[in-house]
Amino acid sequence: MRSTRPMAIVEPMIVPRIAPHVRMRYDAARGQHVLLSPERIVVVNETATAVLELCDGTRSVEEIVTELRARYDEVSEDDVRHLLDELKAKHCVEVTDG
Amino acid sequence: MDSPYGLLAELTYACPLQCAYCSNPLALDEYREELTTQEWQRVITEAAELGVLQLHLSGGEPLQRRDIVELVQTASDLGLYTNLITSAIGLSERRAEQLREAGLDHVQISIQADQQNLSDQIAGVRSFERKREAANLVRRLGWPITLNVVLHQQNLDHIAGILEMAEDMGADRIELANTQYYGWAGLNRSGLMPSREQLRHAEEVVREARERVGDRMEIIYVIPDYYSRYPKPCMDGWASRQFTVTPNGDALPCPAAQSLPLPKANVREHSVAWIWQDSPLFNEYRGTDWMPEPCQSCDRKELDFGGCRCQAFALTGDASRTDPVCHLSPDHGLVETVVAEANDPARPSGATLTPRPHPRRLQPRTVTVPLTTAETSAPTSL
Ligand code: SF4
Ligand code: SF4
Repeated sequence: MRSTRPMAIVEPMIVPRIAPHVRMRYDAARGQHVLLSPERIVVVNETATAVLELCDGTRSVEEIVTELRARYDEVSEDDVRHLLDELKAKHCVEVTDG
Repeated sequence: MDSPYGLLAELTYACPLQCAYCSNPLALDEYREELTTQEWQRVITEAAELGVLQLHLSGGEPLQRRDIVELVQTASDLGLYTNLITSAIGLSERRAEQLREAGLDHVQISIQADQQNLSDQIAGVRSFERKREAANLVRRLGWPITLNVVLHQQNLDHIAGILEMAEDMGADRIELANTQYYGWAGLNRSGLMPSREQLRHAEEVVREARERVGDRMEIIYVIPDYYSRYPKPCMDGWASRQFTVTPNGDALPCPAAQSLPLPKANVREHSVAWIWQDSPLFNEYRGTDWMPEPCQSCDRKELDFGGCRCQAFALTGDASRTDPVCHLSPDHGLVETVVAEANDPARPSGATLTPRPHPRRLQPRTVTVPLTTAETSAPTSL
């Protein structure tokens, strides 16, 4: 059953972190990063891994994008926000107002 | 064939509670010879080597095992995500701190209802207050709180109260799971089966609660499959993503599969890798080749895998049939009959349920006194 609430948009000033019941690790057997929670395993690609590694509860979305831009050529803020929105809807990521 | 992602370790069937909805097997005494600490450590290690990422520690009551902290330590040293599924009885402050220290990732506390008398009545023992205290303890130690409530005829009408209680307790997540009719729950099915009206009301309450609480609390609602058109995708397919090991070391593709007339696969005799890849038990219903009609030519066969083998067996006596929950199953009438009985206006209210008994148990690591010695030391004054 999906909620009918409008999807919360992750704003640039908001501070995301991996939810307390979720842990990210490298799955050596399958060569991929995963987010682990009791009921779910979410496979995250390389880009998402780079974003999540910066979601430590201190950096805002804007700061995360800035850091990513220092490392990678093309970083779209929209993509980062979209990814965080998706992970938030899966209760893998939580946000607080910056 | 992919390797498994999850292991459900049923450490012991000993439990201080006596829930009539318990899915533990009826023949509890057959599981008395529990795996030792070293055996569990080997199983956990082999599982991790095979690709397992999540370890669910369950039972019975897993805290009845004195080596629970050691086992959590082993798993977290291997990088596994560890989840303790507990009634919270036995979660003392010291124990909880040790578990936290050992790296336990998550605790799931089961509660039976929102009121002390009803909760204690369903559990068969006074336990409600201790569960509330345990939830506070869990929060204090920095774990998120996940509550787990199994729903059935006797507590379904309390669902609004249950959700309110969860909010008051500051739960981060609540799992509301309708009873699955295995083991003791199967025996008690007629008393536990909710009515259509109860379910309709419950779903409405859940929908409203989700809108009200938003992101504050995640509400997971597991629908009752007897009332669904399609079966649940049991275990995401037989021996596809996870497996269970019972207290005596039997490995199972589905936690209820001990009931099936198939050859056993025990971790005392075989490696976890062999069991997963090569054992006849794990290969019996793997993939889709084994499927009968109507599943074989159905376009949902990769979605629900024909439902649950154990449910097919329990209802038809043949584990290879389409899960009778599916409205396309030729055996669906069996489910319709049960549902009709549950909705019969003449249904007696307040059915008597058979509580799950406390199993006799041989504690691992305890030296068993040979029978002859015990006999000779017995009083001989007769
Ligand atoms: S369902 Fe109840 S009796 Fe069964 S193991 Fe869980 S707490 Fe114990
Ligand atoms: S016929 Fe089989 S595959 Fe199709 S929906 Fe029913 S159970 Fe699923």
